[in-house]
Formats: sequence, structure tokens, C-alpha cells
Amino acid sequence: MNYSIAFRTIVVKEVQRFMRIWPQTLLPPAMTTALYFLIFGKLIGDRIGVIDGASYMEYIVPGVILMAVISHSYANVVSSFYSTKFQRHIEELLVAPIPNIVILAGYVSGGIIRGLMVGVVVSVISLAFTDIQVAHPGIAVAVFILTATLFALAGFINAVFADSFDDIAIIPSFVLTPLSYLGGVFYSVAMLPEIWQKISLGNPILYMINAFRYGLIGVTDVNIRIAFAITTGFIVVLAFFSLYLLNKGVGIKT
Amino acid sequence: MTALSIQKLTKIYSNGFRALNSIDLAVETGDFFALLGPNGAGKSTTIGIISSLINASGGVVEIFGHDLHNDRERAKNCIGLVPQEINFNQFETVRSIVMIQAGYYGIKRKEALVRSEKCLRQMDLWDRRDTVSRRLSGGMKRRLMIARAMVHSPRLLILDEPTAGVDIEIRRSMWDLMREVNRQGTTIILTTHYLEEAESLCRNIAIINHGRIVEHSDMASLLARLHVNHFVLDLAAPVTAVPVIPGYQIDQLSARSLSVAVPQQQGLNKLFAQLSEQNIQVVSMKNKANRLEQLFMDLIGQNQPPL
Repeated sequence: MNYSIAFRTIVVKEVQRFMRIWPQTLLPPAMTTALYFLIFGKLIGDRIGVIDGASYMEYIVPGVILMAVISHSYANVVSSFYSTKFQRHIEELLVAPIPNIVILAGYVSGGIIRGLMVGVVVSVISLAFTDIQVAHPGIAVAVFILTATLFALAGFINAVFADSFDDIAIIPSFVLTPLSYLGGVFYSVAMLPEIWQKISLGNPILYMINAFRYGLIGVTDVNIRIAFAITTGFIVVLAFFSLYLLNKGVGIKT
Repeated sequence: MTALSIQKLTKIYSNGFRALNSIDLAVETGDFFALLGPNGAGKSTTIGIISSLINASGGVVEIFGHDLHNDRERAKNCIGLVPQEINFNQFETVRSIVMIQAGYYGIKRKEALVRSEKCLRQMDLWDRRDTVSRRLSGGMKRRLMIARAMVHSPRLLILDEPTAGVDIEIRRSMWDLMREVNRQGTTIILTTHYLEEAESLCRNIAIINHGRIVEHSDMASLLARLHVNHFVLDLAAPVTAVPVIPGYQIDQLSARSLSVAVPQQQGLNKLFAQLSEQNIQVVSMKNKANRLEQLFMDLIGQNQPPL
């Protein structure tokens, strides 16, 4: 059987799903990040001055873009796959001769595409507030894609375990948002007391935001190699765990 | 060739409930096969395992010789499932649902367009192809699920109560359609609570109860085992007393109707002759209960668990 057609079918279905409801999926991040840039970057940022040789506006742009990528790649997969379970059309996939890896790849790709589209929208909005010359385009693109992949996988695992719509809101509200805000989006960890600097190093999002900041403006608080190793490591672990859940039928079969 | 072979299939749910107790079942290619049983007997669990929606606890399932465990993709490629509950995306259009299903089976878009048109026309849904599926009537939704299940031309079509909740007119048209699909070579397994549906459509039958197969034979020999037929006779004139005819059990239902139990070896000629001698004229006659229903109740009754 031609699995590439099955893969493409899942991806196209996923993209059509979030494009059909673009006022709910693409517009809100544009609105929110425009406000971030205006309030934090422009109004407050002018009083903060320069961090590591970059203006405050330039400093926060990478983090704000990546925060949108994180939340939307996660949200896309968790809501789509949970709805598929809830409406029971997951059965269409389970009955069909599609290997679990293709199902996983299809949903995760949908999440990556939405994350990247939101990332592009937010990047375009940022151009209205600042003019960034990309320092390391290859690193920026790689971090962009790897981060979207990681959080699409995390969203998939959340959806597998979710039994209600409340279950798909808990992780984004109580885990992802705090970790993103505490991951150095709006500040450098060097500005924190030493103990909080050490605690912050346990936050994986800190590494991704700093690696992306390095890719865009050439500034970072962490070692880029370590950042790539952590992100890739998480992706591998989450991908194997997702496949294990699918093969066992956890949350989708009795 | 055997379309479906099940050996020692067992399912024990996590709460310890044993839904299937080492059942064996075989369905030959081209058959129209009924899988019957009361609620909770194990029908849906069996269908769920065959269609990969439920994990088996033990046993072997082969579909056209492909082991469902070791040769999963090939086995699944042979199956089309029409489930009991509506399970398509209610926000997609009719045509999208069928096209997406074709994609899941690796059918190229150009070919999928041709096939989806054919299936939707066959199910009389082509005019509704651009309608969002949640706006369809109950009968249309059922037909859409059949069209979806047919788009990859499965060799084995599993219909899990396909006519539940649809009116008699649609049910009859769906029967014609199922007969036609079977005539074209597709093996069909049907579960239904309408026993006249199984009697009318199926050639072979299995009855499942408490997770065990209690009957597995062809419909004709099963029905031949029915020793007594029950009829209702409508009379031309009212009768004041119940006629007594040796060999027949007769009860009065109303002034103008009688219920008669007719042993198979007695036949009807003697009954009518005796009634005529007693000046009782019969204007019409009908089966009191569906024949299969009677057998079904007998078999299920025999297999009640001890209290």
C-alpha cells in the first residue's frame, strides 16, 4: 500500500481543519503578540534599554515568536486528536491499514505546519516594530522546526491521555505557559539571582528560546550545542513514547 | 477460501469481564453471514476485534488468510466496517468523508474521485455530496457510512446493525443494496436486532451468547429445526367457542381471530379441513412470530447462566 497517500491525507485534513477556522487559529496570536510588542517592547522596553547589545524590542522578538510556535503546535495536535477521539472518527484511522507511525507523523506534521504558520504571522507583525537582520538563518530555522515538532508530539501525548476537554486545557495553562514565561522570553537569565539562574536551567524551553534568539540576533544565555541536544533528545523520547501508546492502543482502544 | 477465520478468540476487559470465551468462527468467501445475539452477548466485541478497534486477549483472527496480528496492514486492507454508531466527522462534507477514507487506503486522488462518485451514487447521496454531514437525516448518515466503507472495494464488509433506527422504506432499500453488494462478490457479515432482516438476507448464521457461540450453521437447516410454527388466523365470522382439533393447540385472540400452534409433521391441510367441517371460514393467515425470532429465543433461553 502507498502510505505516502495516507500520510498526505492526514496532513491535508489537518491543515484544512485549522485553515477553515483561521479566525480562531491564526488571528488570535497575531493580536496577542502585537500587544506584547506594543506594551512590553515599545512602551516599557524604551525605559529598559539594551540587553546583551540588543534593544529590548529586538531581545523579546525571538521569544515571543517561539512562544506562539510552542502554544500553537501543541494546541493544534491536542485539540484535533482529542476531537477525533471524542467524535469517534479515530475509528476510521484504526480500521484503515495505516501504520501507527504514519498516523503519528500526519498529526505531528499538522501541528508543525500550524506552529510554523503562526510563527510566520508573528514574525511579520514583529517587522512593524523592529528591523531584525537574521544572524544565523540555519540555526533559526532548525530551532523553529524542532521546537514545533517537540510540542506537537507533546500535544499528541496529552490528547491520547485526555478523557475530557478539561484535560486538554490543563497542561497548556499550568505547564506550558508558566515554563514559556519563565524561559527567558522577556528577560535574560543573567539578570536573575544565582539560585534562580540554576533553577531556570532545568526549564527546557529556556534552551529553545535562547537558541532561537541566537539564530535571530546572535545573543544567547546558553550553549547552542546543549540546546540542540536537549531539544533533539526530547523529540526522540516523546516520539518513541507516542508510538508506544499508539501500539498499545492506550486511550483509543479497549 | 475462508474470508474470516477466528480461532479461540478471547477478550477479558480490564474490569475482569470475560466478553469472549475462546470462540471459533469461520465465514466463507461470498457468504452473507449473520452474527446474532442479545445485548452484551459479545457481538460488538467480536466485530471490534476483527476491525482492530479492540485488542484481543487471546486467539487468532485471519482475514482472507492474513493474520490480523502478524500481517496487520494486509488483513485490514480487506475489511470495510459500517459501525453501529455514527462515527464520521460531522463538520466535513459528504464527499470529503468518502475521499478522506479513500486516502487512508492509499487510493490516489484521481481514482478516489471516481470511486467516491460511484459509491455516493449507489447510496443515492450524490446530490448531497457538498452537504455538511451533520445536516443529513439519520437514514442518509447510515448510507454515508456504507458508502465510506465501500470506497476501497473491501472483500469483507462488516455491517454492525446498519439499519438500526431507520424507517422501513429505507431499511428495505438498504436490504436490496446489501444483496446487490453481496451478489457482486463481497462477503458480508451482518449483526442486527431485526431477525427478519437476518432471515431474509443471510445464508449462514452464528448465534453468540455470554461470550460463546451457541449456534453456527446455515440458515435453512437452522430453520428446519423449528418443530412448531405459530399462525394467526383471521376469520370470516365470529366464533363463540374455541374449536378443538386434535394435534393442534388453538387459542382465541378475539372473536374473529385464532392463534394456532402447528407442529411441522401435521401441516396445514388437516387444520383447514377440520375448520371447514366446523363451518369456520379463514379469510387470511400470518406468522405469529418471525421463525428465526422463535429459534433465537429458544437458543438464548437454553443458554442462560445458572442463577
